[in-house]
Amino acid sequence: MNRFGLITHTAPIVHLITLIVLAALLMAGLAGTEFALSRYLANAIGQLAAFAVLAISLDLIWGYLGILSLGHGLFFALGGYLMAMYLLKHSFEITGTVPDFLQFMGWKEFPFYWDGFEFFPYALAAAVVMTTLISGLFGYVSFRSRVGGVYFAIITQALVYVAMLLMFRNDTGFGGNNGMTGFTVLFGWPMGTSGMITALAVASLLVLAGVLAGCNGLVKSRFGALMLATRDDETRLRTMGYETLRLKLIVWCLSALIAMLAGMLYVPQVGIINPRVLSPELSLEIAVWVAIGGRGHLVGAVIGALLVNAVKFWLSFAAPEIWPFILSGLIVLVVLVFPNGLMDLAKFKLVRPMGPKRLASDMGEARP
Amino acid sequence: MSLTALLVDGLTVRFGSFRALDDLSLAIDYGEVRAIIGPNGAGKTTLLDVISGITRPKQGRVLFDGAIDLTGLSEAAIARAGLRRKFQKPSVFEGLSVRQHIAIGADVGFRARLDAPALEDRIGEVLETVGLVDHSNRLAGELSHGQKQWLEIGMVLASDPKVLMLDEPVAGLTDEETERTAALVRALKRPDRAIVVVEHDMDFVERIADRVTVLHEGRTLFEGSMAHVRADAAVVEVYLGR
Ligand SMILES: Nc1ncnc2c1ncn2[C@@H]1O[C@H](COP(=O)(O)OP(=O)(O)O)[C@@H](O)[C@H]1O
Ligand SMILES: [Mg+2]
Repeated sequence: MNRFGLITHTAPIVHLITLIVLAALLMAGLAGTEFALSRYLANAIGQLAAFAVLAISLDLIWGYLGILSLGHGLFFALGGYLMAMYLLKHSFEITGTVPDFLQFMGWKEFPFYWDGFEFFPYALAAAVVMTTLISGLFGYVSFRSRVGGVYFAIITQALVYVAMLLMFRNDTGFGGNNGMTGFTVLFGWPMGTSGMITALAVASLLVLAGVLAGCNGLVKSRFGALMLATRDDETRLRTMGYETLRLKLIVWCLSALIAMLAGMLYVPQVGIINPRVLSPELSLEIAVWVAIGGRGHLVGAVIGALLVNAVKFWLSFAAPEIWPFILSGLIVLVVLVFPNGLMDLAKFKLVRPMGPKRLASDMGEARP
Repeated sequence: MSLTALLVDGLTVRFGSFRALDDLSLAIDYGEVRAIIGPNGAGKTTLLDVISGITRPKQGRVLFDGAIDLTGLSEAAIARAGLRRKFQKPSVFEGLSVRQHIAIGADVGFRARLDAPALEDRIGEVLETVGLVDHSNRLAGELSHGQKQWLEIGMVLASDPKVLMLDEPVAGLTDEETERTAALVRALKRPDRAIVVVEHDMDFVERIADRVTVLHEGRTLFEGSMAHVRADAAVVEVYLGR
């Protein structure tokens, strides 16, 4: 409340976007000075930002539309692989580095379908077109025949598994089980320098802020209200004259594109992509990030992704073997104790003393 | 506009070998309030499901306005033709506010078609009609059972439907709420609108209905005024008498 007695209420999402943009500006400003972050930390921040974008993509479809995908790793990998193709082709043109997998296979040159990938806009366009086609076709067939709920989740999981088996083959010209690595140049600049690491992290943070702002605008619009209506009772909405098939298809493709974007940001920062990003476990993990943060809340998805991955990063040094147990424990906790993830915790503290009526009116971003 | 709003013609719906509707025919005119009564499992909800496009019949057709066969259309196309239906189990969007419901009901499409003031007027009118003005910003999930029933009625009448179907609108309501619902249904009656009400509460039916159709095992057992229904031996036997 300000002194006029008006409630000046800024949604948490606005705070978060501001925070992310400030962090990006700060990182960019401090680059090269003695206060600059270590390369390790800057890189970790950039990767976390890419994961947060991935979490938002799933939250959009699961939290706001009620469609659980356990195969979002597919679109993440698609973006990642096409980015890697650009990086390898571009690096080859500038430095003459021949990718490992070509040498393994004894191939003299890139297969014809690599043509054009040295040109970034082409790689980007290819990623957008392929993601839209694959998600559009799959979504159309599934939603058209009204496959939903757990059946849809299982089919998406099968899809990502099939894609993994395909990419493990060595004769496809996409790197096989070793994947693609050895990227040396990005947009003409050498990779692995502090400057490049910072630039990638800053870019990832800015993309994260943009995706957050865009998705927030979407879910608060009239279209967003229709998304929630579809989630809550699709038949009810259809019998009021709305073709929910179109709505679901649009959001599903958009979600796939955001996941693809996350993959494109992730690969240059981690320096490698291989078929293991297509493993069913990774796709399951994305759902865990969102569930822990609280699905149906964009802020929650970001916090969930950051929290779970920060713990995972740290454990991968301290005690890598206990990670699966921690992950399982988190799932049990979320399912049994906090079905809305951390959002439940937040409500316990902030809202309980004011009575139950505040509870819903404080949910903030779920409603305009 | 034809005189007959809905012409149900030889409708058969099967679930496995069970016939939920069995060669059912009936006609509902514009301007009337028609009650459909009958024991549980008689096929009342199934009939509304066929009319609103949720269930496809095995045989028969449903003509709307004398010309459009609804049995081949999607739920959304049927709704856009001017038919709306309230479900037996109150069906509202838990995560949306009361006014968002009315807005969705009043203005069909992904982008708003009505201009903002016209939509506001319409929302105000409908909220007034269903008595939810004081709750316009509450989430549907917080409403009482009776308020949810009214919200759903408000949502389906916001578009000014030509055919309004209400499946058990007073189930679980208090006497006072039932009274108000009866007044509401009578107020919605118009010469260019047909209202179909499925209900078990006979006093309520008596207050609202111009004509009554009694369904039994997927077929029409009787059709006429409520007074005649009460006097019919067969109806008393299978339904009222128990
Ligand atoms: N989807 C379905 N699958 C199988 N049986 C159904 C289905 N829907 C309704 N039925 C059966 O059809 C009969 C008529 O149901 P319904 O139309 O809901 O009755 P009413 O609304 O008159 O009580 C009931 O015996 C019910 O069990
Ligand atoms: Mg029924």
